[in-house]
Formats: sequence, structure tokens, C-alpha cells
Amino acid sequence: MAADPASIDSFLPLPTAAFHILLSLADSDRHGYGIIQEVEARTDGELRLSAGTLYRSIQRMLEQGLLVEVDERPAPEEDDERRRYYRITALGGAVARAEVQRLAKLVKMARAVGFAPGRA
Amino acid sequence: MAAADARARGERLHGALLRLYPASFRLEYGAEMRADFAKRRRRSGGIGVVALWLDTLIDVLHNAVRVHFDVLRQDLRFTFRTLARAPGFTATAVLLAGLGVAATTASFSVADHVLLRPLPFRDSDRLVKLWESDVEQGGRNVVSPAHFRDWKRLSHSFAGMEDFHTQSVNLVGDGEPQRLDGAAMGAGMLPLLGRDPLLGRRFTADDDRHGAPGTVIVSESLWRSRFAGDRAVLGRKVLLDDEPYEVIGVMPADFTFPNAHTDLWTTNRFGNDSFEERSDTYTEVVARLRPGITREEAQAEMRGITAQLAKSFADDESITALVLDLRGEIPRQSRVLLFALCGAALCMLLTACTNLASLLMSRAMARRRELAVRTALGGGRERLLRQLLTESLVLAGAGGVLGVVAAAVALPMLSRLVPPVLPFPAAATLNLRVLAATALITAITGVAFGVVPVARACMRVNAADLREGARGGAGERRERLRAALVVAEVTATVVLLVCSGLLLRALMLLQDTPVGFRSEGVLAMRTDLPLPRYGKTAERVRFYRSVLEDVRAQPGVTDVAFVTDLPMVRKGGMWAIALDERPDREQENYAYLRYVTPGYFGSMGIPLRRGRDVAESDGAEAQPVAVVSQSFVDLIWPGADPLNRTFRFANQQRRVIGVVGDVRVRGLEQESPPQVYLSYQQVPDDNIIGYIPRQLVIRSRLPAASLVAAVRGIVGRVDPRQPVSGVRPLADVVSTEMAPRTLQARVLGLFTLVAFLLAGIGLHGLLAFTVSARAPEIGLRLALGAERREILRLVLGRGAALAAGGIVLGAVLAFAAGNALRAVLAGVSPYDPVTFGGALGLAAVMTLAGSLLPALRATRLDPLPILRGE
Repeated sequence: MAADPASIDSFLPLPTAAFHILLSLADSDRHGYGIIQEVEARTDGELRLSAGTLYRSIQRMLEQGLLVEVDERPAPEEDDERRRYYRITALGGAVARAEVQRLAKLVKMARAVGFAPGRA
Repeated sequence: MAAADARARGERLHGALLRLYPASFRLEYGAEMRADFAKRRRRSGGIGVVALWLDTLIDVLHNAVRVHFDVLRQDLRFTFRTLARAPGFTATAVLLAGLGVAATTASFSVADHVLLRPLPFRDSDRLVKLWESDVEQGGRNVVSPAHFRDWKRLSHSFAGMEDFHTQSVNLVGDGEPQRLDGAAMGAGMLPLLGRDPLLGRRFTADDDRHGAPGTVIVSESLWRSRFAGDRAVLGRKVLLDDEPYEVIGVMPADFTFPNAHTDLWTTNRFGNDSFEERSDTYTEVVARLRPGITREEAQAEMRGITAQLAKSFADDESITALVLDLRGEIPRQSRVLLFALCGAALCMLLTACTNLASLLMSRAMARRRELAVRTALGGGRERLLRQLLTESLVLAGAGGVLGVVAAAVALPMLSRLVPPVLPFPAAATLNLRVLAATALITAITGVAFGVVPVARACMRVNAADLREGARGGAGERRERLRAALVVAEVTATVVLLVCSGLLLRALMLLQDTPVGFRSEGVLAMRTDLPLPRYGKTAERVRFYRSVLEDVRAQPGVTDVAFVTDLPMVRKGGMWAIALDERPDREQENYAYLRYVTPGYFGSMGIPLRRGRDVAESDGAEAQPVAVVSQSFVDLIWPGADPLNRTFRFANQQRRVIGVVGDVRVRGLEQESPPQVYLSYQQVPDDNIIGYIPRQLVIRSRLPAASLVAAVRGIVGRVDPRQPVSGVRPLADVVSTEMAPRTLQARVLGLFTLVAFLLAGIGLHGLLAFTVSARAPEIGLRLALGAERREILRLVLGRGAALAAGGIVLGAVLAFAAGNALRAVLAGVSPYDPVTFGGALGLAAVMTLAGSLLPALRATRLDPLPILRGE
């Protein structure tokens, strides 16, 4: 999906939960609980998405086309429980990248006035 | 084992908690959320379980609200998109809802304002008014100061009793002289009403003493307009009818006592002479019921007191006291009218709502497949219901906004339906309670008719709808419901048609009533001469003559005269006629007393039948003369020559010099007692002061506008302190008299027109729907060789059957409604056959018009594609 920049900009700034969900899906499809675990691991336990926040975000992101649902299959670590898996879309990737750029710009600006660590 | 039990209980509790989410969300993610919860639960123990529960509880509460909000936002977006795609439907639905809300809100606001809302006084429901009433004839009359004094002294039912009388005065201070409405009252009146001045002080007993220096409290509006809202107005001296008064206070804007156009208040300052004449009735009595005393108890006590007074004073025996609440003054006609108005508004709300329901239903039918698909695809019933609900509420809400705006525009006009006799602001304001109630009714209608049947139908038949081409089916029940709605609409329309028809007949009847004078080309204005200065008749005659002479010299003026009062403006002023030959019958015949200058009959266009007009030669020293009306002659000397006969009237023996045509002094709706006109020079000095001529009537060939400034100039030259007020064409007097009727006919007519159109549209909508639903059947009949005429008859017959139901029901209700309206029909029979015939005829026309199009469409159906199932 070749999303046009204007429509991508309309998603920004991305809510924290949505950003982390996109990041967690960058390398592989995951089910809901898998996303929670991945986010928790990636942030060293600093951010633990609650179930409500997670699924509310997922519902919205599905509607917006940032995610798609892929086929249901048993979760590897859960033996017989069937789970829905989510996959990031091209638009989702583009939006995540745009958000990163936005954040990078902010950091650069902050550095310029000495508010952030690193070189000015 | 116990641990497994606890876990199962916990999971059930968690499941219950998840119910806070919308069902669609639960359906989608509930299983996973439950699984996630179970997993976390397995991993935590001891204090961790408590933390987990707390965490989960907060999470659910926090997110459930947001998810609901997300759904609402989505539904709203979807609603706006679908409504924008069907602008015709949207506009019609909003208009329908708006009409219903506007009509009911406006009508009920006026009714509430007039009949229910507390008057602007402390504990106003404990206030009553006391009236004199004739033991035998009943009625309601103002009170004499002597009676008021005795009632106050003898009664125990009241915490306080005060009196007031209205009076118009000439205000002279800096600026133009001004004619103002005021009231003189007892010093205790303001405390009795529980009101304080905005500025300054109340009256004290000292202000109310006989001979005390004049004190006046002015209204807020007068304070602003005349004294520029200056706080230094207190202590200012003004002249009221040439007498000096000191301004001691300003009343707040909402103090509308005794009515909305009262601009100043003074004290009674009764002297002993005020109490001498026990039958000199001119004052009005307000009292506050003592706590625990009911109006009926007070009434019983007053009956005893008046009986007791009758024994002590011979002249009192026919007088009793009436204790009425403050709203007792609202004329019966106005009450009836308000009820009629509210009834009409309800009829209109009914037709509007049924049409709205009908509209929503046919739209839902058209969208049945779409809805069924959406239900089947998931999201479930709850999502569908919420969607429909949002749509209905948005439509009702938009209609509500439109209705409020329309009601706000209509209110001032509707307020004029009630004469401004009551102590409250003249115009009703929008009433929030009523507004909320009507909005609720509209919303409920939208939900009850737009959502519930559709949702039920969709859920039951969605499988069938998906399978076949969704033709007909499932329509039977809904069609019955719609048929009932159409019958209701036709019923309401017939009732309204009959009621407005009756009012229209009454109006036409009155318009044809001869008033007895010709108002075209006549200009009227008032110059009320203040009494101390103009107490002597000779003084007034000088004023009248100077003014008349100069006005007569104006270009275009053909006739000009002064008279006591205009007919229909002052409806009272009668005296007993006494005859020398029949002294025993003194109290039986009454006639209107009016003093006139020569030329009055010419100015008014009242025909002189015999004899002559009053002349300048009928001076103070000459024999008192009288011009009488034809009905006077018919009553007193039927068949005889009245000229030069004498009768006793207004304290003097009078000789008849002329006979003129009758005038409807009491207004168009009432027969008028006879009229007697006396010479303006023959008013005794300082006597019968209520009848001195003050009204100037000018007949002119030129437009009135050019004349007004000239006459003002003339009056100003003759007496610079004399204000001119009440400038208006004489035709205004008649149209003012007719105004409430014209207005009621118009308002009801408008309601009727709308209901009429709505019912026609409703009928059309139902039949069009029936025809398309029955297209296969009709097609089959056509294919089998049925004549097109038969099809036409089939559809028209269906329309006629529905309309007939409504017409019969409506006619029955209209009988009842017409009967209730009797008080405002001015003698037109509530069962007037012409009106009923006309209304039923119109209903038939409406039926035909509503049915014709669908019927014709049915006959033009092409059977082949229908039968092929396309």
C-alpha cells in the first residue's frame, strides 16, 4: 500500500501504546498477549500494556489499516489455546517510521538547546 | 481443588467485569482478554492477586468508557455520512421532528406562562383578589373604598388586605408631557405582595394619609427612558396631572403589577369623603390568605361579612364578595383558546411523529438487506441497535434544535392570544421544562418507531432477507402499524379542520357584524385633561373649542369632534334611565353615557335618523338635551315619536333632540345597551368627571400621517402642558377588537394546514409502500388479465378505507372538541353542518390526492419483469 504522506501525517503523533504495538510487530506476527510480553521485555518492564488498552488500540488500528488480522493458530507456548495473530501493514510501517522521524526531530531540537544528552 | 474453585470464581467475576465493554468489543476480544487474565492469574500469588484485580478493575473502567466513546464516534460518523447521502430524507425527517417540537413547545410555553407559572410575588399562590358580586346576577365587579374598608376591618381570614386602582396620568417634568398608566394603592400593598423597590423606599402610612404630599414610585422602564437610569432620580419632583409628586423609588423590571404596562405607583390618600358613597365602585382588592386558611374558608367568611353589612346598610343587600385567585381574571375565552391551542399542537405533534415514524420505517425497509448483511457479518445486534439509535437521536436532535428556533420566533405572536390583564410580563419566554419534555417525546418517538420495529424485524428475518430478493415479506405487521398511524393522522386532521373551520366561521360572522360607525379615514387620539386645572366645564370648553377650530382648518379635514371615549375601547360607563311617567322602573333600563361636541356623529359616520345633532347653542345654561340611539327609542318609547320627550339620566332631566344609529359599544361579540349622547357644555362642574370628553376623532380626506404632527402642534399651542396619546386610526380599534380572533384563526389554521399536508403525505407514503410491496401480486393480476381500472380501484379503495376510519373517528372527536370551544364561537353552532361538511370534504380530497399517485403507479406496473423476479 503506497500511502500518501498527507494521510500518514494525519496519524501523528501516534499514541504511545500504538507506537509500541507497531514496534513489537516489526519482526514477527504476534497475538495479543504476545504483544504485551514483547513490549514489556523491550522496555525492560517499564511499560506493561493493560488488556483493555491493548485491545482497544488493536481495534482502532485495525480500523485505521495499521494492522491486519492473520489466521488464527495455536500459540506455540500455550499448547491448545487458539489465538488471533496480528501483522503490521505497509501503512503501519510507514506510520511508525514517520513517528520515529518526528521524534528524532524533536530530540534534535531539544539537543540544540541542551535539553538532551549527546552532541549538539 | 479449592484453588481451582477460587480460580473458576475469579474467572467468572472477570467475565462479569468485561460486560462493561460494548458487546461487539467483547465478542471480538473477550476470549483473549479472559485468556490473558487467566494466564496472569496463574503466575501471580498472594498479594500479587490483589494487585492484579486492582489493576484489572482500573483497566476495565478506564478503557470501557473509551471503547463506548469510540463506538459512538464511529456511529456518528456513519450516521452523518448516510444522512448526507440521503438529503431529501434527512431534511424531511428533521422538518417533521422540528414542526412537532415547535408547535408543542410554543403552545405549552404560552399555556404554562398564563395558567401555571407563579406570578412575580412572594408566595403568589396565597394571594387572592376580592370582588363585589351581585347575589342574583353574579358577575365580578370592582369594589367601593367603603366596602374595602369594612371587609378589611371585619375579616379574619387574611394576613393582609390592600386595594389599588389604575389611573392614567399626565406626567410633566423635563421633556415632553407624557400620558402614563399608573396605579394608586394602599401603603401596605408592596409588603403584601412581598416586593421591594430596586432603588429607594416603599410607601409608608404617612405617604398614604389624606392630604399628604404626593409620592411616586416609577417602573424600571420609565426610570430608564425618562430619567436616563439616573440614581439621582430619588427626590426629583414631577407633576402628575398638575399635582407635584416626589419620586421615592424605582421598582424592578419584573414587577408587573397590576399589569405589564404600569409605569408608576402612588398612594390612595383616601379622605373621609372617599368612603361616603358606598356604591361608588372603582378600587380593586388584593389579600393574602392567613396560613392554614383556604380560599373556600375565606369565601365563606366573606359571605357572612357581606350579609352582615347588608343588614347595616340598606344599599348593600344585593352585594356579596367573591374571593378568587389572581388568575381568576383570565377570561374564559382565553383559557378555552389556550386549551385549544395545546390540543392543536398535540394533534400536530401526533401527525408529525407518525409521519416521522412512517418515514423511518420505510427507510429501514429499504435498508433491510444492508442491515441484515451488517448483522450477519458480525458486530452483532447491539452494534446495529446502537447505530439505528444514534441515527434516530441525531435526527430528533436536529429537529429539536429547529423546533426551538421556530418556537422562539412564534412565541411573541402566540402570547398576544391572551389579553394583557394579568400581573406578569406580556410575552411568554421559552420554557425549558416544556422544551425538555417535547424533545424527549420526539426522541422516544424516533426510538419507538424508528429503531424497535426495525431491529426486531431485522433480527427475526435476516436469514430470509439474505436468501431471497427481499421482496415483500415480513411487511404485513408493519403495514398494519403504519395503517394505524395513517388513521391517527387523518383523525387529528379532521379534528383540526373542524375546529379551525368553526373559528373561521365565527370570525366571518363577526366581520360581517355592522359596528355602527365608519372607521375609514378617521384618526383618533387622546388628550386627557388633568382635573384640578380643568375642573370647571368652562375651562374645558375653551380648550375643546380652540383645538377643534384649528384642526378643522387643516387641509383635508371634513369633521372633527371630542367624545368621552371611543366605542369598544371603553366598554363600561352606563347609567340608569328614569322616566317621569314610570318612576317605579328606575333600576331596569341602562344606557351608555357619552358627552360629545357638535359634529361627533359626522366624524364617526354614525347616521342621524331624526332630529338634530348636539349644537353649540346647547350651552351650560340651556335646557339639558340628549341625542339617543335607535335602540333607546325601541326600548323606551316603541312606536312613538321620541323627539322632545324627556327622561331622567345622569342626575338631570334631558330632552330628546335627535335619534342616531346604534353603535356596538361593547365590542363585536356582544349586543350593546342603548346609547345616550349629551352636550359637552352640559357637564356639571367637578361632577361626573369620569365622562369628560378626552378623545379626539378627526375625519380627513388626506392620509392621517400628515395630520398627526399638525394636531400635536395645535394641542401644544393651546396648552403646552397637555400630552397627546393613543394616536391611531379608528380602524385600529375595530381590528384590535378582532385581533385575538384573527390571530387564533390564523394560528389554528396554520396548524391545520400542516397537519393536513402531513396526513396527505403519510397516506401517500403508506400506499406507495403498499404498492411496491405488493408489486408481484399486482403484476400477477395484470398478467392474468385484470383491468387496470380494477387495480386503480384496489389501491384507491385501500386509501379510502383507511381515510374513512380516520374521518369517522375524527368526526366524533370533533363534536367533542367543538363543544369545548363553544365559549369562543360567538354563537356559531359547534355542530355547524357547513363546517363539518367542508372538513369532511377536504379530508376526502386529501385522501384522493394522497392515493392517486400510488394508484396510478400501480396501474402502470409492467407485469413481466416483476414476474421474472427482477
